[in-house]
Amino acid sequence: MSARVFVPSDSSALSVGADAVASALAQEASVRGLEISIVRTGSRGLFWLEPLVEVETPEGRVGYGPAAADDAGSLFDGGFLAGGAHPKALGRIEDIPYLARQQRLVFARCGLIDPLSLDGYRRHGGLSGLTRALTLGPEATVEQVLASGLRGRGGAGFPTGIKWRTVAGAQADQKYVVCNADEGDSGTFADRMLMEGDPFLLIEGMAIAAVTVGATMGYVYIRSEYPHAFDVFSRAIERARAGGLLGRSVLGSGHAFDMEARLGAGAYICGEETSLLDSLEGKRGQVRAKPPLPAISGLFGKPTVINNVLSFASVPWILEHGAKAYADYGVGRSLGSQPFQLAGNVRYGGLIELAFGATIRELVEGFGGGTRSGRPIRAVQVGGPLGAYFPQRLLDTPLDYESMLAAKGMLGHGGIVVFDDSVDMARQARFALHFCAKESCGKCTPCRIGSIRGAETVDKIIAGRDRQKNVELLRDLCEVMTDGSLCALGGLTPLPVLSALDHFSEDFAKAPPRAAAE
Amino acid sequence: MAASAAFDIELARELIDRRRSMPGAALPILHDLQDQFGYIDAAAVALLAEALNISRAEALGVVSFYHDFRRSPVNGRVLKMCRAESCQAMGCEELVAHLESRHGIHPDDRETGAGLHVETVYCLGNCALSPAALLDGEPFGRLDPDRLDAIVAGAKGQTQ
Repeated sequence: MSARVFVPSDSSALSVGADAVASALAQEASVRGLEISIVRTGSRGLFWLEPLVEVETPEGRVGYGPAAADDAGSLFDGGFLAGGAHPKALGRIEDIPYLARQQRLVFARCGLIDPLSLDGYRRHGGLSGLTRALTLGPEATVEQVLASGLRGRGGAGFPTGIKWRTVAGAQADQKYVVCNADEGDSGTFADRMLMEGDPFLLIEGMAIAAVTVGATMGYVYIRSEYPHAFDVFSRAIERARAGGLLGRSVLGSGHAFDMEARLGAGAYICGEETSLLDSLEGKRGQVRAKPPLPAISGLFGKPTVINNVLSFASVPWILEHGAKAYADYGVGRSLGSQPFQLAGNVRYGGLIELAFGATIRELVEGFGGGTRSGRPIRAVQVGGPLGAYFPQRLLDTPLDYESMLAAKGMLGHGGIVVFDDSVDMARQARFALHFCAKESCGKCTPCRIGSIRGAETVDKIIAGRDRQKNVELLRDLCEVMTDGSLCALGGLTPLPVLSALDHFSEDFAKAPPRAAAE
Repeated sequence: MAASAAFDIELARELIDRRRSMPGAALPILHDLQDQFGYIDAAAVALLAEALNISRAEALGVVSFYHDFRRSPVNGRVLKMCRAESCQAMGCEELVAHLESRHGIHPDDRETGAGLHVETVYCLGNCALSPAALLDGEPFGRLDPDRLDAIVAGAKGQTQ
């Protein structure tokens, strides 16, 4: 049997040369007359080690990274096919503390398997959740999802089981399951990794939703900034169809369910569920007023389950291991695990799946090892562009829904972006408003106009013009946006702005004060 | 991938017809048109409106809503540079300044940059390896001035 070598084809790994590494290894093997088989996988999410080459040995998979194409010769010289020594040797992958300290429920297979092999997926425990759901039947499946405490991982944290129960109970000639894979928050990449590294898990989760609520068609709305994920996921759908996981009779159950991947077109707002539905319908991606809820009147006016990638992907584990096992992870009303994503100016950025309750500091210092620049951490933004900036003194805030809310922040999709002390927080506040202005769908006034006026007001504050008065005006405007916006874009943009004002006020007072001249 | 063909109304009609009957066909059709021609020609907007039985204003409204869809052709390669928070924390604005001062290329400005059109995007999902970019769909992580210079030189070389 030829040695098995694993090289990720995750787009982050590709962005630092994984393809070149794979071809250099193949080339070197053929020069040496050695037979190896190179398996392309997703990423383990240890991105500072990418491209991370792994080899199967009797002791388990051992790693070498970050590998460069130039390393091919020395890897073979060192006998890496048998786990031999090399300056870039990392030992057994499972023993790397960054990975060993995680609770990987959703991401257990990501980076381990060939993402497009349905057999491989099955061999590694895949489809047990769907099989169990088919045995349990719709009502008991909804009960499992409810009892697990699973809340929407896209950011809003709405109980997934309640959405499902509502759609299951709705009467209609057609129902849909829609997956929100418009992962637009800066600092997040879990959806992308999962669609590239373990796409059948998402398909399985959506199939469970479909047979549970009685939907026959599904759509996965993937952002156009993820061309590679779209490609991998589309191929996975074809294979799932060929393998009987999708089609007229899901796993021979008699339930029909098929799905289609659709590409977004560069609009951040389409990550908002009602905008996404309008976009899927071929319209401008504008927010709908709620009610009616999508569960009652969603895609094309039909009852629709719409969930984030990670919400769907959590369900197979819950069904396989039971709601209680899932709810044993986490704290308070934040149950289960959350795939956090550590990014920005950080030494060890990556995917960290943990039970709820770890603190920001445990992630950015414990896992992240501080800043990549080596300078002190000054601010940490949690939850994407609509999330709050946390100063050093609040880094012990636990990462769960309620604690984040109490600290005037939000967990969002679990993205954590680290900034060192060179950051200018007034500029970050201005950016938040500028971003909102650029990405506003235009439907409601507080968001459409408020964001522009807000950015102008921050400019005045930065320039030192009537500072006190303009700070008051900005706070007032933030209140209007929070209370009066139709969706989270306008409603949460004040979080980064106000947190910057509250925790980093000195950055707004750098210019000497000036009276209003004009 | 960026090499866009000259606009051909018959081909546009064909592309539109291929998907017009799918539910919510507008975005898939617009992607097909842009993949083929590099932009959405005004004549194609009229065809799309007719095919989907919507007004031209509605069709144009869809095209103009989404950042992806260009209304005029691009000459050369397209570099989508991420300028969102994670990449800001790793110096993407310094890279933009470098592009401007060294190469005279301004993001989102069609008039500058021989052979390379730079577009601002917010997040490519490669945040652990910021700053990130996509060159005609090919991902780049840990972008620095040297790699950026090589991208500019490569794009210029292709158009000469």
